[in-house]
Amino acid sequence: MNKIAKLFVTFISAITLALVSITSSFAKVEGEYIVLGSAISLTGKYSSNGVHTQNGYNMAVERINKMGGVEVQGKKYKFEIIYYDDESNPKRAAQLAERLIKQDGVHYMLGPYSSGLTKAIAPVTEKYKIPMVEANGASRSLFTKGYKYLFAVLSPANQYLEVAIDLAVEKNGGKGVKIAQAFEQDAFSQDVRLGILDAAKRTGSEIIIDDKLPKELNDMAATLAKVKAVKPDVLVVSGHTKGALTAIRQISEMKVDVPMLAMTHCDAAKLSKQHGKKSEFALCASQWHKNLSYKDKFFGSGKKYAKDFQKEFGYDPPYQSAESSAALLVFKDAFERANSFDRDAVRDALVDTEMQTFYGNIKFGPGGQNVAKPMILFQVRCKGDDCENRVVAPTKWASDKFYHPIPKWSERS
Amino acid sequence: MDFLIFKAPMLMVQASLDGILLGILFALIAYGMALQWGVMNIINIAQGDLVILGGYIAYTIYLWGIHPAWGVIISPIIMFFVGWALYKLVINKVVDRDLFISILATFGIAIVFQQLMNFIFGADVVVAQSEYGTTMLFDNSVTLPNSKIFSAFISVLYAIALVIYMRKSKLGRAIRATAQNARAAKILGVDTEKVYAATFGINAALCGIAGALISITLTLHPYVGLPYTVRSFMIVIVAGLGNLPAVAVSGMGLGLFEEFADYILGTEFRIGAVFLLLVLILVYRRFKLSRKREYLK
Repeated sequence: MNKIAKLFVTFISAITLALVSITSSFAKVEGEYIVLGSAISLTGKYSSNGVHTQNGYNMAVERINKMGGVEVQGKKYKFEIIYYDDESNPKRAAQLAERLIKQDGVHYMLGPYSSGLTKAIAPVTEKYKIPMVEANGASRSLFTKGYKYLFAVLSPANQYLEVAIDLAVEKNGGKGVKIAQAFEQDAFSQDVRLGILDAAKRTGSEIIIDDKLPKELNDMAATLAKVKAVKPDVLVVSGHTKGALTAIRQISEMKVDVPMLAMTHCDAAKLSKQHGKKSEFALCASQWHKNLSYKDKFFGSGKKYAKDFQKEFGYDPPYQSAESSAALLVFKDAFERANSFDRDAVRDALVDTEMQTFYGNIKFGPGGQNVAKPMILFQVRCKGDDCENRVVAPTKWASDKFYHPIPKWSERS
Repeated sequence: MDFLIFKAPMLMVQASLDGILLGILFALIAYGMALQWGVMNIINIAQGDLVILGGYIAYTIYLWGIHPAWGVIISPIIMFFVGWALYKLVINKVVDRDLFISILATFGIAIVFQQLMNFIFGADVVVAQSEYGTTMLFDNSVTLPNSKIFSAFISVLYAIALVIYMRKSKLGRAIRATAQNARAAKILGVDTEKVYAATFGINAALCGIAGALISITLTLHPYVGLPYTVRSFMIVIVAGLGNLPAVAVSGMGLGLFEEFADYILGTEFRIGAVFLLLVLILVYRRFKLSRKREYLK
């Protein structure tokens, strides 16, 4: 190769390198767009909840952009999100997080779906000091690792069913109750279990069955037969949508009578739709319900949000969508208070977040979890074959009275 | 659980009945596996995914407003052709190769099926409602879902029908001949290619029946096929190939074992106990074989 050619190659590569570094350093804000990144499960086993999450993000982006966008240093910016499909695979999610940060130059992240995937991504965002607001990772272990750039708009998993135990104790005249519980062996459900253990200790309740369900669970007959034999005051089940559906199917088929049944994932499992009347009286933990009276200026109220969401996507929003939308409201608020695109300034602004959204109040605790919003419990109630979820606890937000005890199967039509 | 089962004898009855009813269903799936393993020497890792696909067919007709129990007729018909097509597309390329290739190929099929089902039916867990009610025994202390009784009954019915078919029909005889000695069968004019395709189709049809039954007794999800593969593999290992009564007994035995392991060891060890049993049986078999001369040949 002659000298001129060599010089030419060097020159070209230098320019390319310079261009690359320029684009990446400005990629966080391109023109009038603030670019956020998210790895999300569009295929694989989490794909339906992944899509709920994405719809929630997209709905908020559209709304915020339409209502004037984000104002930083007197200039209006719009949100834009780069999505990659993580295939419901934690390893892939971590790779994609690296790619978003290093190749696409994203400086602000939105969370993926599920605790497991959030756990995979958090070390990456932490390493590169990228603020991440996540809406679908509730596992307690996310908030005990001392992450500084992780912010969750949702309540941690251990709070999911604590309220239910309090409610049972209250109905028992303040005395401790007998609890039977069955939890899947995954990070989330085991965190829910820890919450129950704490609540039991606090209220002097006794745990008489403590089953750990295998991940490939589809049959709970043995657990339920035990429940039938020992007659607890409360039965608590948490095993994602599969656990909720299996539990209701077998409780109704085996005619297991318990005064109170508390679960997670009822709305994701479309419990009242799939099981109809059989699911009546089940008590379900939820991060959000459209009937709550929280408000903000972007979506109005929960009911308004549900209506708009229904119009846009053709189905009632599950809480996974609502919390995802809330994540963008948090980012907007933080950018405006930071009045800068400096990552650390944005991170500091996130720490000081204290706001109300249609989804609930948001204020981050030292671990990054939302400490301002309680979990709610709704109860499935039916009129004829029409079933719906009604909020029964905590009392401040309750729209209906908690029905207790559950009538025996022999008395149910 | 400190041995609750020994304090409450009714639990013992409940566990036994639950175990047997579930075991019969497993036995049906295992029978399909034993059949095509025996005939084609293929271990079908996609067995469980064929089951789930059969379940989704029943679930689909349920969504159309037809009672899901019709799935036990419609699903095997569709699944037979799925199995046939699968043979023509993939399995015929690996049928004469060693076992390892067939495991790889069917593993690939399993992944493709999972993703396809996820794509078509969505990643939500679904159930079909049979509304069959419950049978209550011993003053209500033992309850049996009628859907489970129905599924055990249908499984037995189909198993008997298949045994008769294998004995009496021309194709059945051809299948048995091929299983005994494919080469000799070929020389005597049996179209082994067709026999293989039919065998794979029959296996898929059996999976279709089991799937339809699972849609009304348990739950469906695109990614829950593997446990069914593992269980049927285990039943076949215990029972040996081409031995239907042994498959039935070993299926029920496994169902019982699982239920009792759940009560005695705890739910978390239920699946673990099954795997432990598998290891023990394999070790025992090897031990037994090594004492026979033929093993050394």
